[in-house]
Parts: sequence; C-alpha cells; structure tokens
Amino acid sequence: MSIETYTGIITFAAGSFLLAAVLIVWRRGLRATISLLAWQGVALGAIPIANGIHQGAWMPIAVGIVVIALRGVLLPLLLARAARGEAHGAREATPLVNTTAALLVTAALTMIAYAATRPLIEHSPSPGTRAAPAAFAALLIAVFVMVSRRRAMSQAIGFLMLDNGIAATAFLITAGVPLIVELGASLDILFAMIVLGVLTDRMRLSFGDTDLNQLRELRD
Amino acid sequence: MAALLFIPIAAPLVAAGLAAIFGWRRWTAIVTALSALAILAAGGALAFFTDGEVVVDPHHLLRADALTSTMLLVIGAVATLACLASIGYIDAELADDHTSPQGARLYGVLLPLFLAAMSLSVMAMSIGVMWVGIEATTVVTAFLVGHRRTRAALEATWKYVIICSFGIALAFLGTVLAYFAGTTTGEPGNHSLDIDVLLSGAARLDPRVTSLAAALLLLGYGAKAGLVPFHTWLADAHSQAPAPVSALMSGVLLSVAFYALLRVKSIIDLTLGEGFMRVGLIVMGLLTLAVAALLLVVQTDFKRMLAYSSMENMGIVAIAAAIGTRLAVAALLLHVLAHGVAKALVFVSSGAIQGAHGSTAIANVRAVLSRSPLVGSAFTLGLVVLLGLPPFAMFASEWGVARALTAENFGWLLGAMLVFVAIAFAGLVRAGSSMLLGAPQAGEAPFSAPRAIRATLVLGIGLSIALCFSIGPLTHLLDAAATTLGAGR
Repeated sequence: MSIETYTGIITFAAGSFLLAAVLIVWRRGLRATISLLAWQGVALGAIPIANGIHQGAWMPIAVGIVVIALRGVLLPLLLARAARGEAHGAREATPLVNTTAALLVTAALTMIAYAATRPLIEHSPSPGTRAAPAAFAALLIAVFVMVSRRRAMSQAIGFLMLDNGIAATAFLITAGVPLIVELGASLDILFAMIVLGVLTDRMRLSFGDTDLNQLRELRD
Repeated sequence: MAALLFIPIAAPLVAAGLAAIFGWRRWTAIVTALSALAILAAGGALAFFTDGEVVVDPHHLLRADALTSTMLLVIGAVATLACLASIGYIDAELADDHTSPQGARLYGVLLPLFLAAMSLSVMAMSIGVMWVGIEATTVVTAFLVGHRRTRAALEATWKYVIICSFGIALAFLGTVLAYFAGTTTGEPGNHSLDIDVLLSGAARLDPRVTSLAAALLLLGYGAKAGLVPFHTWLADAHSQAPAPVSALMSGVLLSVAFYALLRVKSIIDLTLGEGFMRVGLIVMGLLTLAVAALLLVVQTDFKRMLAYSSMENMGIVAIAAAIGTRLAVAALLLHVLAHGVAKALVFVSSGAIQGAHGSTAIANVRAVLSRSPLVGSAFTLGLVVLLGLPPFAMFASEWGVARALTAENFGWLLGAMLVFVAIAFAGLVRAGSSMLLGAPQAGEAPFSAPRAIRATLVLGIGLSIALCFSIGPLTHLLDAAATTLGAGR
C-alpha cells in the first residue's frame, strides 16, 4: 500500500468516525443513534486494519477484526435489544440543549480538540497523529452527549462513544497499545456495557421509565 | 518466590469458582475468608522477602516491591474482616427473605472477584494492566453496591458505574498518551508500559505529551479515589452498598485507586519535576477535604457520614502525596492501613446498627453503647481511631503528615488542612455521641448481631489495637515503600 493510499484511508476512517459522532448529536432517535454507533465502530476497526496492511503485520489486522465484531456488531446489537423495551420511537423527550445549540457546541469542541492535540502532532508527525484531532473531537462530543442527555440509554451510548473515541486516539497515535492491555480494556468495556444494560432493565422495572430525572432520592 | 506473586490473585479466583459451582454455602464463604487471609499472608511474606528488592514473575506480568506488599497487607486485612462479616450479612438477608439463593450466589462470586481485581491492580507490571484491574473493580462491584435492589440502591449503582467508568476512561486515555510519549524512547513495544521500563526511560519522555497524560491520569484515578471534582458517586455508593462491601470500598478500594495515582506520579515526577503533580494534588486534596468536612457537619445519615469521612481521609492522603517526601509517603501508607481497618470496623458495626433499627438516620439511633456493648464499643473504637486520637495509628500518621508539611515549609497548607480536619472532627463527635451515649428509654430494646458479625467486630478491635504497637516494626517496610516511589528525602 502506498503512503498516499494509506494516508487517504486513515483520514477517511477518522473523518467518518467524527461524522458519526456529530450525527449522533443531530439525530435524537434511539434507533438512528444505535446504527450510527455501529458505523462508528466499523470506522474505528478500519484504522488498525489499515495500519496492519501498511506495516505488513497481522496482529493489528486481527485487533481490527475483533474491534469491528465487538463495537460494530455485538455492542450495537446489545443496545438495540435493550432499546426494544423503551417506549415506541423513544426520543430524548426533553433534551437539556436544543439541536442547533448542540451542533454549535460540537463545532466548538472540534476546534478545542485541534488545539489540544497539537503537542501530539509535534511530538511525532505521521498520517495517524495528523488524524488524531478527529478522534479527540469525537471523544469530547461523547462527553457532551453524556452530560446533556437525561435518558439512561443515551448516557450508556455516550459512554460507548467516549470509549470509541479513546480507542480511536490510541490506534491513530500509536500502533495500538500492547495486546494484553487492548484485550483487557475491550473485555472491561463489554462487561461495563452489560452492567449498564442490566441496570437500565432494573430501572424500567422499578421506575417504569428510564428518565434519569427520576434519580433524585440520594442527595445532600 | 515468584510463586508468591500468584497467590493473591489465584486464591480469590478459586473461591469465586467454588461459589459459582456450589452457590452460597457456609464452607464456600469460609474459603473466601481464607483466600483473603492468603492475600494477607502473601503480602506479609513478600514484605519480608522483598525488603527493597523487586520480585518479578517469569512471564513479566506481575511484580512486587515494598509498596505492593504494603497494599497487599491493607487489602488482606480489610478483606478478611469483610469476608467474615459477609457470612453474617448474607445469612441474615436470606433469613429475612431480602435476597434469594441466586442473589447470595452472585454475592459469593463477586466478592472474591473484587479481591482478585484489587490484587491484580497493585501487582501489575504494566500500568495498562493496572488500569484493567481497576476498571474491573468497577464492573464487579456494580452488582454488589446494588445488591439490595431498592430504588435508592439502583440510583447509587447507576451513578457509581457511570461516573467511575467515565473517570477511568480518562485514565485510560492518559495511559495511552504515556505510552505514546514513551514509544520513541526505543523500548520494545510490548513492555513500553511496564513500570520499570517507564521509570528508567522517564527522563526521555516528551514533556508536553506527558503533561497532558498526567492531567488525565490525575482526574481519572482521582474520580475512582473519591477526589473532587468527580466525587459525587461516593457517598451514594458507600451508603447504599451492604455493610461488608462498604467496608471494602471505603477501606481499600479508594486506596487502591490512589495507589495507581502514586505509581504514575513517580514516573511523571521524573519527567516533569515535582511541581506539576504537586499543584494538582494539593488543589484536589484541599477541595476534597473542604467538601467532606462541610458535608460531615450537616449529615443526618450515619452511613453517608462514614462515606464523607473516607473522603476527608483521601483528601489528607492526597496532600501527603503532593509533598512526596519519604516521611510524607510513609505516613500516607500508615494512614491508608489504619484507616482501612478502622473503616471496616465502623462500617460492619453500622451494618449491625442499621439491621437493628431498619434505618440509617442518625436521629433514630440512641444509646447504642448500653443497648449493645459489643457493637457500641466497636463503633466507638473505630470512630476514635478515625478521629486521629492517640495512641492509635492514625494519630501517628497524621502527625507524620504534619511534620512532613512543616519540614517542606508548607505551613499554610498544614493550617488549612487542620481547619478542615477540626470541622470534620466536630461533626463526627457530635453525631457519634448522639448515637452512642445516653441511657436507653422505653421502646429502645437491647440488640445484638449475628455470630459472624460479632466475631468480625472482636477481630477488628484486636487489629486496631495491634496496629498501635506495630507502627515500629512497620516503619522499615513503609520507608522502603516510600523509597521505591523515588521519595529520596
């Protein structure tokens, strides 16, 4: 693979990754959000695969396939299953921030991401690190999704986006962290998502809803 | 020797496996308590053998030095108390129909898994694996916190999982950036995150990338250690969890998260100098102390009160870590050990008080000392230790922190710290005396606790008293641990 093709693929993957995050902010429907998450997971897995083909190493390719299976297929399926219990066509009914303002915040966060990642690019300029600001922006957008939505499902989705963003940053700036760390981290995330899923179910059973505004019994 | 390294992880895993197969039985619960004792014993043996050395397993996954041994001693001591108390807790829950045999089995599996995850965190060779261990503690404790399945417990669990996973995700990003800062130092990829490799290459890490990593690691592990600004989960989770789980979370899990911070700090200090982490830790430590002290005074719920007392102590620990001299770090570790045992004692006795009253409101509880001498004296002794009164170990550790602050000309910091400690002291004394003292009135019957809980309390009282006399023998170990963190002075 020539360096131009490689750069093109990496930039395209990082770009679609960020685009998926922006679209999640725009579309509030649960089902649309979950398919966007699957798209984001596939874009994420494409990065180590491209790295592996470029370097002629099989390990990153294997990691990429696992990532696509886990974050592009398995976790979105789990989320979709959990979402079926939600009220039909469930949306963020009373978002804390309206769509226009949310998209403006997204733009601002993207600029912050470019500023914050300058030390990374200066430390080692490569096609990967040059694309890292996109992953970092997606990560900041995920934090915004987590704090601005009031549904349990949406917060879980925000958490998964955050984790995707961190994984994307890792794949772009390094050749991927050591395998044992990568496997351990993926397993932890899988379990964390399962825990969140079970909790959403229990919440629906005892509150009849998953609106987090219901959670206000404990405070000082 | 290297075989010793596997015991603290393998023993609880075996106990978890047995509990998964046979369900909650008296003997599986005893095996779990024995696995906790095994952690304690392995910590003691490693402390004896390491003595300034680093023990590494043949596969380069685990390592132990004096700091690891100290942490294993803390985990083992508190876990032994908590596992013993769990027998009484689950038996009572089963008898009252608050939980099903499946619920009891789940508890029996998750409790030892929790211990294994903490042991893995403190023994990991790589800071990446250490991260995996700490995130695993969040996953396994989620259903322990929510074991009672009430609405309040569900709310606490949700906050706990979301905020801690968020914090720990930041720490992962910090770890990735540390790896990135180190990849150009010419070390082979698979070991770039090993503590010893990072320490030896620290001077060559890129300073700007490292400072970004340091900020993320501080915020991330700080969230898990209960430091401001991500502390809001702590009082909810620690007050809603079953008493033995609260004891483990307050007594050791916070310290294990802080251990992670100490490890990465020793690397970051070599790259960026002491100033960077010091400022962050002082700011977060003081704010944590302030929030905890002010909320302690207005507290009406005794389990939340104990949770805020843990935050107060983590604030003190953060300030001691910021100073980072050998005296400060040795005092910090003694503080962690003494706090762990005392917190286990008060949480287990608070569980007995809650069981007898069906409430955790301070106003509903009176005259515990005369109604239940054992529970009352355990709670009293635990509080006295937590208040930092002599001759108990926390007096010695707080004295050590104060001396370290004075020696480094941080008089203003010592002054600020003492103001908040005094406020917290007043809050604890007022609540404690209203719960413990007085003569029982009509309708306030004597009460007792299950046998396993009573045994735990006696053991905890014994340990707390023993700690007063073991400060001398421990000094050598704690000094060695401080030295491994690069605290030269």
